[in-house]
Amino acid sequence: MGDLERIDLHPTHHIAGYDLRPGRPLPYGATRVPGGINFSVASMYATACTLVLYERPGGPATVEIPFPPDFKVGKVFAMVVFGLDAETVEYGYRVDGPWDPDAGHRFDPSIVLLDPFARAISGRPVYGVRTDAPLRSRIGFDDFDWEGVRPPGIPMQELVVYEMHVRSFTRHPASGVRHPGTFGGLREKIPHLLELGVNCVELMPIFEFDELAMADDRLDYWGYGTVGYFAPKAGYAVTGPLGMQIDEFKNLVKTLHANGIEVVLDVVFNHTGEGDERGPTVSFRGIDNKSWYMLAPDGSYRNFSGTGNTLNCNHPLVRSMVLECLHAWVSEYHIDGFRFDLASILGRDTEGHVLDNPPLLETLAHDPVLANVKLIAEAWDAGGLYQVGNFPHYDGRFAEWNGCYRDAARRFLRGDDGQVKTVAECVMGSPELYPWRGPMASVNFITCHDGFTLADLWSYDRKHNDANGEDNRDGADHNDSWNCGVEGPTENPAIRATRGRMARNSLALLLLSRGVPMLLMGDEMGRSQQGNNNPYCHDGPVGWVDWRLCDTNADLLRFARQLVALRRACPVLRAPEHPTQTGDDPDIVFHGVQPDQPEWAEWARTLAFEWRAAEGEGGVYAAFNMHWQGHVFTLPPPPAHCQWHQVVDTHALSPGDFTPLEEAPPLRRSSALVGPRSCLVLVARRA
Amino acid sequence: MKVHIEKRGEVTVVGLTGELDTTTVPEVQARLNGEVSDGVKLLLDMRKVRYMSSAGLRLLLSLYRKVQARGGDLVLVGLSDPIRDTMEVTGFLTFFQAYEGLEDGMRVLEAPR
Repeated sequence: MGDLERIDLHPTHHIAGYDLRPGRPLPYGATRVPGGINFSVASMYATACTLVLYERPGGPATVEIPFPPDFKVGKVFAMVVFGLDAETVEYGYRVDGPWDPDAGHRFDPSIVLLDPFARAISGRPVYGVRTDAPLRSRIGFDDFDWEGVRPPGIPMQELVVYEMHVRSFTRHPASGVRHPGTFGGLREKIPHLLELGVNCVELMPIFEFDELAMADDRLDYWGYGTVGYFAPKAGYAVTGPLGMQIDEFKNLVKTLHANGIEVVLDVVFNHTGEGDERGPTVSFRGIDNKSWYMLAPDGSYRNFSGTGNTLNCNHPLVRSMVLECLHAWVSEYHIDGFRFDLASILGRDTEGHVLDNPPLLETLAHDPVLANVKLIAEAWDAGGLYQVGNFPHYDGRFAEWNGCYRDAARRFLRGDDGQVKTVAECVMGSPELYPWRGPMASVNFITCHDGFTLADLWSYDRKHNDANGEDNRDGADHNDSWNCGVEGPTENPAIRATRGRMARNSLALLLLSRGVPMLLMGDEMGRSQQGNNNPYCHDGPVGWVDWRLCDTNADLLRFARQLVALRRACPVLRAPEHPTQTGDDPDIVFHGVQPDQPEWAEWARTLAFEWRAAEGEGGVYAAFNMHWQGHVFTLPPPPAHCQWHQVVDTHALSPGDFTPLEEAPPLRRSSALVGPRSCLVLVARRA
Repeated sequence: MKVHIEKRGEVTVVGLTGELDTTTVPEVQARLNGEVSDGVKLLLDMRKVRYMSSAGLRLLLSLYRKVQARGGDLVLVGLSDPIRDTMEVTGFLTFFQAYEGLEDGMRVLEAPR
């Protein structure tokens, strides 16, 4: 029997020269159906809606079709339009209803709005190019040929995450790629990621945003002001002008996966790019302001995000959008995980109160489509909620950016008083924070896109954000940084040497800790932002990775690569449980300058720890001396039948700072001098 | 869009001239589908294709799958730099054998398998 022809191939209405029939309310958005496209848009308070079609891309509207009243299902306008070319048609909506800001309504049918569910968005095909072109919704195609390439499925404890910005990574002319600043450019740089040894990239937002939407001539360079949660950023695709950003991004994911690298997306469900009442009306505000946003009783925008508005995450409409969005990125784009920006907002109710059991987070935690993807919370918000250690996690389903790790590590590395006990916790994967979840709950980091780069952390006491145009008010004031003697660049060799050691100490601490280490793009080659700790608005050298640093700082890059390789070689560093400290066979033993005598005192600045492997071989001893004077550490005896081999000494000049394990001779001494602000790492090998 | 089809020995040579986009794809697709048979050796001469949209790329990939399913061979020749770039960065190029000149493509298709 051949295929039966569908009955709903036949139009029931004919309006303005177009064949129509009542549509299906779900799924929301524009969906290809036999012979036509199903348009569906929901609004709890709209009185009318008009579909605006542009059949010539970039051209004027071809037709405006009001949704007939009998096409409405509940509060959803749904209509099938036949005979449209799905590849080229652009569309938008005019939505009518009350203009009553005090009551939370801001309908304005003079504006053609983006579909919140649009799979592609046109109007910003080339990043940063000034244009008045309107943003328009387009239809997406999900027919990419993955050729059997599947997500790598790397266990959480095996990850080494690399946080990066798509454009900054290759936009600099020195990147040497054919397609700078794009998904294609990133793809060309996969060899760098492989050589570094990272197996997961965490991409700062790649959902469509309007970098030109700022009120002045600055850019929303980073892209946290989302305008379309289902659409990859066209300006990040070299094929954006051809509208092929979906294919280009999928091809990037496919190639990364084929190389064993996972892709985590930084997703921003706490606010949108529409800002407060002074911001542009692009989509949500004009479709259903009162449902999409958290509003105060007077209709003004609650601002838990620090950006003007707050998405109403626990409103059922928004919840379903978030879930559908993540479904799409997992099933259509093969994304491996999500990092939720200011995730604490996702746990607030429609009034902003903190919920014990937030429906959105519970839904995500138990969703079957999302069952194998990593869920990582930035467990705080700009409304004062700080949930590191107690973000609702549903049996460990959510991991967290461990901000406590960052703070403690920086203070310890800087040589502050009273940090040894805290940093020992960090090394173990923060068991006090995550007693039931284990170290995989802890994404450990010392630097991330928010704040100083690693090079700047040890080159600046204070932020230098004047170029951001906010009189240095923006960005974090408390950075736990240290300039090592001079603020900013210096030719002083002693200071430069100290900075080099501080960077190496930082990387060593991070990669020798249990949990999931996360590196910031460019830190492996000493990238500086000239002291700017919040360069969100700069499309220029301050934020771009200057690939000449691979040569200038070849020694640091070598150190970073070797260290990541060391983590790979020593499974004891990556175990998915917190280590035991007691009993006959502890997993970790803390030492001081004397074995078994850790110095927990306020004044102490030394900490040694010994990761014990079950077989003895592969055990790791690390001695951190964050004091400004050198100290002799008496070494613990190596495990039975093993000898210590020294792989790291950050006080030594390159290449002595890292000796690959296979080249490192056995250590004949029972003690070792650890230089000022330096660390030593030994690995046990069978004698 | 002009479609010129000729037989050169065992090889079916299809010359395309113009722009391969959403308006021209249906006709080209219909003509090309008619040429797909068991073990077909198909050469698409793209030297005179000035522009190719997403629809054009989808047509090519769909054609490749059909030819593959029938145990045939498909070769592209004369891709312009922008089209080759687009195909490379979106992953379409990996499916195809692509050559500069017509004779290079002919040699590949005429070679005993």
